[in-house]
Amino acid sequence: MTLEHEVDRAGDATRERRVLERIEQLRQRKPKVRDERITLAHGAGGKATHALVEGLFLEAFSNPILDELDDGAVVSVAGGRLAFTTDSFVVSPLFFPGGDIGDLAVNGTINDLVVSGARPLYLSAGFILEEGFSVADLRRITASMAAAATRAGVHVVTGDTKVVQRGRADGCYITTAGIGVLERPVTLGTGQVRPGDAVIVSGPIGDHGVTIMIARGELDIEADITSDTAALHGVVGALLDAVSAVHLLRDATRGGVATVLNEVARAARVGVVIDETAIPVRPAVHGACELLGIDPLYVACEGRFIAVVDGAYADAAVAALRAHPLGEQAAVIGHVTDDPPGLVLLRTAFGGTRVVDTLVGDPLPRIC
Amino acid sequence: MRFVNEYRDAATARALAARIAALCEPGRRYTFMEVCGGHTHTIYKHGLEDYLPETVSLVHGPGCPVCVIPMGRVDDAIAIAEQPGVIMTSFGDMMRVPGGRGSFLDAKAAGADIRMVYSPLDALRIARDNPDRQVVFMAIGFETTAPSTAMTVLRAAREGIDNFSVFCNHVMILPAIKAILDSPDLRLDGFIGPGHVSAVIGCRPYEFIARDYGKPVVCAGFEPLDILRSVHMLLSQLAEGRCEVENQYTRVVPWDGNPRALEAINRVMHLRPYFEWRGLGFISHSALRLREEYAAYDAEQRFEVPGVRVADPKACQCGEVLKGVLKPWECKVFGTACTPETPIGTCMVSSEGACAAYYNFGRFTRRRVMEATRV
Amino acid sequence: MCLGIPGEIVDLHAGRDDLATVDVAGVRRAVNIGLLDKDEVRVGDWVLIHVGFALSKIDEAEAAATLEMLNGLGEAYTDELRALAESDIT
Repeated sequence: MTLEHEVDRAGDATRERRVLERIEQLRQRKPKVRDERITLAHGAGGKATHALVEGLFLEAFSNPILDELDDGAVVSVAGGRLAFTTDSFVVSPLFFPGGDIGDLAVNGTINDLVVSGARPLYLSAGFILEEGFSVADLRRITASMAAAATRAGVHVVTGDTKVVQRGRADGCYITTAGIGVLERPVTLGTGQVRPGDAVIVSGPIGDHGVTIMIARGELDIEADITSDTAALHGVVGALLDAVSAVHLLRDATRGGVATVLNEVARAARVGVVIDETAIPVRPAVHGACELLGIDPLYVACEGRFIAVVDGAYADAAVAALRAHPLGEQAAVIGHVTDDPPGLVLLRTAFGGTRVVDTLVGDPLPRIC
Repeated sequence: MRFVNEYRDAATARALAARIAALCEPGRRYTFMEVCGGHTHTIYKHGLEDYLPETVSLVHGPGCPVCVIPMGRVDDAIAIAEQPGVIMTSFGDMMRVPGGRGSFLDAKAAGADIRMVYSPLDALRIARDNPDRQVVFMAIGFETTAPSTAMTVLRAAREGIDNFSVFCNHVMILPAIKAILDSPDLRLDGFIGPGHVSAVIGCRPYEFIARDYGKPVVCAGFEPLDILRSVHMLLSQLAEGRCEVENQYTRVVPWDGNPRALEAINRVMHLRPYFEWRGLGFISHSALRLREEYAAYDAEQRFEVPGVRVADPKACQCGEVLKGVLKPWECKVFGTACTPETPIGTCMVSSEGACAAYYNFGRFTRRRVMEATRV
Repeated sequence: MCLGIPGEIVDLHAGRDDLATVDVAGVRRAVNIGLLDKDEVRVGDWVLIHVGFALSKIDEAEAAATLEMLNGLGEAYTDELRALAESDIT
């Protein structure tokens, strides 16, 4: 190689570094809502949702508790610590294999409290009903809500009903709030996450999202897959009883495991490295995802959670989870590193590596 | 999964990688283009580049149908979707592709009835179920997808479903490859041929690439071992001084393609004189439209189509990036006017486009990623 | 482009000779087989599925040959490595 080439190369490297630095600066800027209208992407849990939450809601409501952006808020009241959360359920279809909007609402609200480290106590339930909605269906939904609440030992203690004109809602929407009490001396949160921690998933991923996609009937697909909707108080309790060095819990709902891990990596300024061969996925979920060209890592679960645990206690944590029926297939899927901060990396089954990015919107079936 | 898992074996990949490295002449750099976006997806999804020596680079080609759709066509489709009584349908891939004034998702948010389908037959079913509505299928894709659209039009004609039409944007891969080959500053050593396009057109149509342009072609399957093996076959050709079309994907691709699929295309569609490609400009005889006999099913005939032309911004250098002449960061608008949130060119549109991938992950060199993931 | 997934034909629809049910890892869907030679499509055949159509039949003999070739490349290489490790020219 001639000297001129060497000089060229060095100049190139400098220019490339400048371009990358400019991008990094852009990336560090607070997300902005550029869109003129809300699209479905804003509700999908990916980049568009982040922009909406951080660029619009946080701007309006910012305070130290909300700024944590956890699944539930932990507040100190009269010398004790309470977990407080709210959630809305707009699933279509309302009834699907493995559950319905009713138990989904109760379980989902409980899980937001449970992953804050709390014992769930009380729920609220607000119903937005469409004119013409079947009372028999509503009865079915409330019955399954009641059953789910009883199973978890919580009570629905307050509620509200609104009816809107036909066409202004899709049958039935449910909005909930939940209160729980933090009895254990644990502090969970992205602030606790350290390099060397193990990343654990409590069971096979993607069951709920794929069930819903199939249940909508638009794809004409049949498979024996049921939603994993479940209340996680028992299995999380088993984990916290066995291991005190739990640093973070998150239920892997909207946006799936990939989205949760990206949130953790970003908030804790750490890298997360996961191993594809270790991630439990049911064969039929894998098949449906291959057929539709989507990645199970981004598909929602409703009864699975991610636990970040001190690496030394990983085996104990997995053993405790596997002893519980909702954690039978729990597995260590990766670990926390110091480099590269803010990024989730996947070691593929094929033996390569890739970055697992946050999605812009929903994972859409693709043909290309 | 059969015919999938066995082509993802890491131990075989390691052995193949060693053979690939052994075939590389010291000091020589090799650049191959994987023409097809599906290959790009496989390469990215499995982290396949970790198995290639630093002297072998893969350039992502023009074979991503949503990436090459010009903005004007998206705007035209949205104009159709906004007409009263219309249900617009398309594949999930299409939903986020930006036109001059937003994407399908944006138009849907603004009130248009736009639905995602998995198959053109699903669009036909929607037409059957909604006889009082006009159902339009936004057809995109290469020769792989065109036969399905053609079969659906034939079906509609047979059943007399007259509220169904196709907004045809099917494009052909060979004219695009030829446009790239004709570029004077081309720096490619060979092509990884599009396997599923080849399942329809066969391998014979690529022969001019080897004969007239002196570049080897290997039609490749879509599992990671298929692609590694194809790189190995290309390097073997170069090492042995051969230059020919080879078929690695013999389990799916017959040398002469699928005559039934070709016949379906020919019955229903014919070549447009020219078509605009995002990033590559106008390419003659590079796209399909419906024949006169099927004009009743042609959305371009049935609806007022504004025929919007949104010129690719002058500063956009996607064409050069596609040809492997420029690295993404060397483009004038990269990272300033053109970002994943506000894409200008085709390479930034899809998350696997060369520029989008570089924008998101360029700061992490492969070496750094590999070191971070070492056990 | 062009996502194509292998599936096994588990049922041919009576009365609709252009339809078949395929199975992909336990997931089933009806696909159109109008692009294939109908006389050569049987239950148990594997096909490549693209946008709801079977685009081509998967040739099992060719698939086996490709795998054999890949595995052969792997084994031969392992043998060479072993030979290299065992060779002693001192």
